Amino acid sequence: MLNMIMSFGLPGVMAQGIIWGLMAIGVYITFKILDIADLTVDGSFATGGAVLVMSVTQYGMNIWISLLLAFIAGCLAGLMTGIFHTKFGIPAILSGILTQFALYSINLRILTCANVALNVRKYSDVVLISSFYTTDALIKCAIFAAIIIGLLYLFFGTQLGQSLRATGCNPNMSRANGINTERNKILGLVISNGVVALSGGLLAQYQGFADINMGRGAIVIGLAAVIIGEVLFAKIYRNLAVRFTSAIVGGILYYVIISLVLRMGLKADDLKLLTALVVAIFLGIPFWKKSIMDSRIKKGVESNVKNQ
Amino acid sequence: MLKINNISKTFNTGTVNEKKALINVSLHLKEGDFVTVIGGNGAGKSTLLNSVCGVFNIDSGSIEIDGADVTRLSEHKRAKYLGRVFQDPMMGTAADMQIMENMSLAYRRGKKHGLSWALTSKEKKVYKEMLSQLGLGLENRMSSKVGLLSGGQRQALTLLMAVAQKPKVLLLDEHTAALDPTTAGKVLELSDKFISENNLTAMMITHNMKDAIAYGNRLIMMNEGRIIYDVSGEEKKNLTVDDLLKKFAALSGEEFANDRALLN
Ligand SMILES: Nc1ncnc2c1ncn2[C@@H]1O[C@H](COP(=O)(O)OP(=O)(O)OP(=O)(O)O)[C@@H](O)[C@H]1O
Ligand SMILES: [Mg+2]
Repeated sequence: MLNMIMSFGLPGVMAQGIIWGLMAIGVYITFKILDIADLTVDGSFATGGAVLVMSVTQYGMNIWISLLLAFIAGCLAGLMTGIFHTKFGIPAILSGILTQFALYSINLRILTCANVALNVRKYSDVVLISSFYTTDALIKCAIFAAIIIGLLYLFFGTQLGQSLRATGCNPNMSRANGINTERNKILGLVISNGVVALSGGLLAQYQGFADINMGRGAIVIGLAAVIIGEVLFAKIYRNLAVRFTSAIVGGILYYVIISLVLRMGLKADDLKLLTALVVAIFLGIPFWKKSIMDSRIKKGVESNVKNQ
Repeated sequence: MLKINNISKTFNTGTVNEKKALINVSLHLKEGDFVTVIGGNGAGKSTLLNSVCGVFNIDSGSIEIDGADVTRLSEHKRAKYLGRVFQDPMMGTAADMQIMENMSLAYRRGKKHGLSWALTSKEKKVYKEMLSQLGLGLENRMSSKVGLLSGGQRQALTLLMAVAQKPKVLLLDEHTAALDPTTAGKVLELSDKFISENNLTAMMITHNMKDAIAYGNRLIMMNEGRIIYDVSGEEKKNLTVDDLLKKFAALSGEEFANDRALLN
């Protein structure tokens, strides 16, 4: 088993896992903190990759500035969804789908074609991480993730960040306490998609290209990572930094498991089916738990009645 | 302190479900007034309170709080004037957040939420002090999630949060209705204590006529979107439940229809 993991390059798999885990943190912000299922991410992940690759290859920009631009582009995508949701009154899911749909055109505009390479040999001084140097990539991704988690942890500890958490937790209570819930929803979507696009920019560097389809299914992978992380860390003291970290660990595990089952002979084509089923099952668990509990209580009451 | 001028609200206008919930209602409260509100199911009591809070736009009329016209102000902007406790104990607090985090949200009601750290040790001391007023021991578990508290504890906390930043008007919508009688009594006592100690202007909807008579200095009765009876001072103090039921029958031409009121 261990041999198998080593043979397909554990560091590389883990580096990718961290990148997707970072994306999952974006999903965590909307899905868990804001209580919104935001489908924008499928588009904004690719937007991040596209913006990064183009600003490096076409405009010769510094990699950090390119990453910043990718982040900003993601923020704008989130802004669009937020405006659709709060100012147009469109349900959150549909708002995300609309933005994602629109982003397909926008991403094609940015990339000019479906797939643009970021040649690592040519840009070796520029690119931060690459699949050619997996251990190096793993370390850098880990540092990157730690910084993002730190910044987000600080943000959610501020008055503004706290009001954002309240907005997701209880909008009625938030408004009664003078919190502008609409603005906060927009802000949450902006930050989330910024993080997602940033991880898209990292993945584009790692794999050496940006692709119009690179974000397809991102929301599902993000949910998978969040859920795996949640199951693993359920018992540990759950402050927000731990929860963000658990999403990263979830992303890594997801990628390691996927690599393993592929090695064991699963067809790559069937992967999405498998992932979707696993996510559906895990999302279903709390619901089933509740109905089992309810029926137990019912039975208990019935038997009590009989006994009397 | 609170001036409700001739306000009306119709729900589902132009449909078969059209419902005139408030019809030309006016009510002026002086500073320190504590008015109890009674009336049958669907009389418009909650709609009246929600109008003041800005949960929805009213169709006509105006609302002034402490001299400021708030008629067109959105709900979160009005919040700086208002303390609120809802009927549902789940509604007034954020379950996934700590007790002290909830307190700090309330303590900052109506102020800017900036990028400075939310929980300073100085503030924590203030919250501890405030929580100890409840006598529930919550001051010793400030980092517990509010979701772990019982309904009564949560409602007491919501009440404390509503007055943490002195409100111009305190609005209580059947805030003890979901609690067991003993807990309800305690929360009610606390409400009365906070109101009198801080000389708050308050409105309290209740389905319990005895409470409506025992608390406050003024009582209004609502029916079908109108205030049909308004009494204060000595006359209010000397009322009995029987008087109120008779009054209701005489003024509305029907029996008092509030299933919960009849249980009491
Ligand atoms: N958001 C709404 N949409 C449609 N109709 C509403 C809405 N809110 C209240 N109503 C209707 O307006 C009328 C007044 O309701 P309201 O909640 O003010 O009554 P209430 O006096 O608080 O009654 P209760 O004692 O049952 O709480 C009711 O007929 C109710 O169905
Ligand atoms: Mg009501």
